[in-house]
Amino acid sequence: MTLSTMPHPDRSVLDRAASIVRGLEALVGAAGIISDDEGRRAFEADALTAYRQVPLAVVLPRSTEEVSKVLRYCQENRLKVVPRGSGTSLCGGALPAADSIVIGTSRMNRVLDADFVNRTITVETGITNLAITEAVSAEGFFYAPDPSSQLACTLGGNLAMNSGGAHCLKYGVTTNNVLGLKIVLMDGEIVEIGGSQLDAEGYDFLALIIGSEGQFGIVTEATLKIIPRPEAARPVMLGFNSCEAAGQCVAAIISSGIIPVAIEYMDRPAIAVCEDFAKAGYPLDVEALLIVEVEGYENEIPSLLSDIIQIARAYQPKVIEASTSAEHSARIWKGRKAAFGAMGRISDYYCMDGTIPLGRLPEVLSRIAQICAEHRLKVANVFHAGDGNLHPLILFNANDADEARRAELAGAEILKLCVAVGGCLTGEHGVGIEKRDLMEVQFTPTDLAVQMRIKSIFDPQWLLNPGKVFPLSASQSGERTEPEAA
Amino acid sequence: MYDLQRPGADWELQFIIAGCAERQLPIEVVGSGTKRAIGRPVDGAVTVTTASLRGISLYEPNELVMSARAGTPLSQIEAELASHGQMLPFEPMDLAPAIGGPQGAQTIGAVFATNMSGARRILYGAARDHLIGVKGVNGRAELFQAGGRVMKNVTGYDVARGLTGSWGTLAVMTEVTFKVVPWPETAATVIYLGLPDDLAMELLATAMAMPVEVSGAVHLQAPVAARLAHPGLRSLNKSVTALRIENSASVVGGRKQRLQEALKIYGKSLELDHRETLEFWGELRRLSVMPNRHTLLWRISTKPTTAPKLVAAIKRYMPADAYYDWAGGLIWLEVPAAADAGTAEIRRVTAIHGGHAMLIRADATVRASVEVFQPPSPAVEKLTRGLKTAFDPAGILNPGRMYANL
Repeated sequence: MTLSTMPHPDRSVLDRAASIVRGLEALVGAAGIISDDEGRRAFEADALTAYRQVPLAVVLPRSTEEVSKVLRYCQENRLKVVPRGSGTSLCGGALPAADSIVIGTSRMNRVLDADFVNRTITVETGITNLAITEAVSAEGFFYAPDPSSQLACTLGGNLAMNSGGAHCLKYGVTTNNVLGLKIVLMDGEIVEIGGSQLDAEGYDFLALIIGSEGQFGIVTEATLKIIPRPEAARPVMLGFNSCEAAGQCVAAIISSGIIPVAIEYMDRPAIAVCEDFAKAGYPLDVEALLIVEVEGYENEIPSLLSDIIQIARAYQPKVIEASTSAEHSARIWKGRKAAFGAMGRISDYYCMDGTIPLGRLPEVLSRIAQICAEHRLKVANVFHAGDGNLHPLILFNANDADEARRAELAGAEILKLCVAVGGCLTGEHGVGIEKRDLMEVQFTPTDLAVQMRIKSIFDPQWLLNPGKVFPLSASQSGERTEPEAA
Repeated sequence: MYDLQRPGADWELQFIIAGCAERQLPIEVVGSGTKRAIGRPVDGAVTVTTASLRGISLYEPNELVMSARAGTPLSQIEAELASHGQMLPFEPMDLAPAIGGPQGAQTIGAVFATNMSGARRILYGAARDHLIGVKGVNGRAELFQAGGRVMKNVTGYDVARGLTGSWGTLAVMTEVTFKVVPWPETAATVIYLGLPDDLAMELLATAMAMPVEVSGAVHLQAPVAARLAHPGLRSLNKSVTALRIENSASVVGGRKQRLQEALKIYGKSLELDHRETLEFWGELRRLSVMPNRHTLLWRISTKPTTAPKLVAAIKRYMPADAYYDWAGGLIWLEVPAAADAGTAEIRRVTAIHGGHAMLIRADATVRASVEVFQPPSPAVEKLTRGLKTAFDPAGILNPGRMYANL
């Protein structure tokens, strides 16, 4: 793929590498630094593996105070900083620059306080998403945002990207589940925003920081809402002869007054691959498969499922299969949850993440098929239908440079299509480097300036996670250089 | 001189703001002006109202999304939603009975600009959680948009949500796009009487830890409960602790029983049926239990377990009557009038226990002389100043509304 991705490295920084490493060692000890070639190479990419760049050094701090010291050192020495959780970003959010210091939060993964009476948990941000839920599940609670990578991804990364997941239709995304956080700014200042209460005071800095893709500071601690876990959750599979019927069924369910916890959609190619991998019992002769999950008390589930089925019947589903047990549910979900992995077994793929207004679903799906056909590529669709967040998987062979280039072109066309129908470039993965240059499709120069000025408040020298989110032409000049006197 | 500007289009608003920015004229930003008596008074050379920016621009009931011009009355929005069996789940409060002024007049823009959410916030989230897109004009007279009309969107920074709770000090919103939800099929309320504050908080916490999806959890001290309209509740001279359940009819009855079973150690419960439930929570939404009198009203946000201790600590300094919302996480506190509004004591106690306090009702002279909003920490103040400057470098939008020097 094209690799004119990052600003040119600063030679003077590269030349000072040895002294910079010594300077960092003085702050966090030799054990907190990775500076050898092999060690640094492990940090050269995230889950968008087409882009790779070995950083100058990697620092793994153990405390907020260490993060503060390291950031202050970096600011004083004008060093770029790339924050990193566990590197599961699909948009290159954690891609290093050659002249950057990667600050990884992996050693800061403690649960600091679980307050079950007030229904909050305070953690360090290097903790994995799943570990948060595991820490509270014995008491009957869970942490709601559940990105597919939840086994590996860290809360820090979730905060940076405002991650969602299959269940956000009901429970919201990361920003809806955070009460307070501790962020270290580039100058080393430690700032506490919000707290353990429901409403934070003053300007909504939580909203601005969550989803800022690691460009405002490094969040080291956060206080999160935890929610009592429903006694039971069970899906029903609905197979349709056309994607139009499936789309209409989704709209009908949502507007009926039932908000299911999840409505997942798979098209025919995706069904085939997932079924082959997971033996989930998916029907192979339908064009579209919905997995609709309801939750509640065990004795409520049958009537909730029958309500859904009742609504679906109007759209003539070819297959209706409601889960009858926990095992059955697990089997149905296994295929969906394994979708990306299963796809990866048969082909390289490029996973898109645009969101569209649900009413445009049929036309968008047929345009996606057309775009990929024009580029001589195959596509499979697996996505969260309840909220219109599409994940077209464009299949290609990474060893074929031309095919990789065509995949990237098709991806860009699909995202432009999402914007054109009233949607957006990214629903939950983030902009990173991947969609940086498409930002002007969705935003005017003024819209981008409004955003970039906020970045300048937190990081006036634009050292944090450089070259991401905004087109290079914009972030290298213009608005970024005007932190005005207050 | 009172100069009232009613822009009818975005470009007109830009024109007005550009003119004021050039001449350094402070602008008081209002919707329909129902919350003018909240916050610090603004001494504006010009008042700009969004009242002529009116109308629902997009409503897709199947996608649970609506866009409206910022000056659209909330009553119009809610009527349109109700005609499709939908609602704003965060139950925006109408503070008119508590602070004076006409009921039902507030605009949708102001609902988001002030982020004042009602009882259902504990289950569905706040106003800020439902805002997904904004168009507006900042103090630089730039027309910008943030977010969009789809509910999952992480494209760029979350500037739309970042404008909630900014009280018109960063930008004048001209259009807002927000998530809506279907009305639950039915609703019921379970009430416990005569509990002291600490036991009531324990009861509410027990209920909130159950997966019954409580959509309202309040405790009214006896003097506050005596102001309820419900004849059976107002005459008992007892505190009222209430839990609301809303869901499909097949679910509500069973969940109510589960609650009553789990909470039976707190005494016998009363029940409100669907109609009474709507009335009871409607009253709370209008805050009519804290009527406009010559008393002060504070809004304190804290942890539920802390709330009764915080109220007891304030009572050592002054008489105080409390209505606890959000399972105890929000305290509406009525205290006697005082020149400094009891600010020193209330803020000190709140600082000790954790949380923040905002003065909601007081004379203009009092509001002009004390910190109405919780003063930010020095580090947050620096960011606050930076954000204000980024949006409004000349400081012309609602100057002094939130903080005296900003």
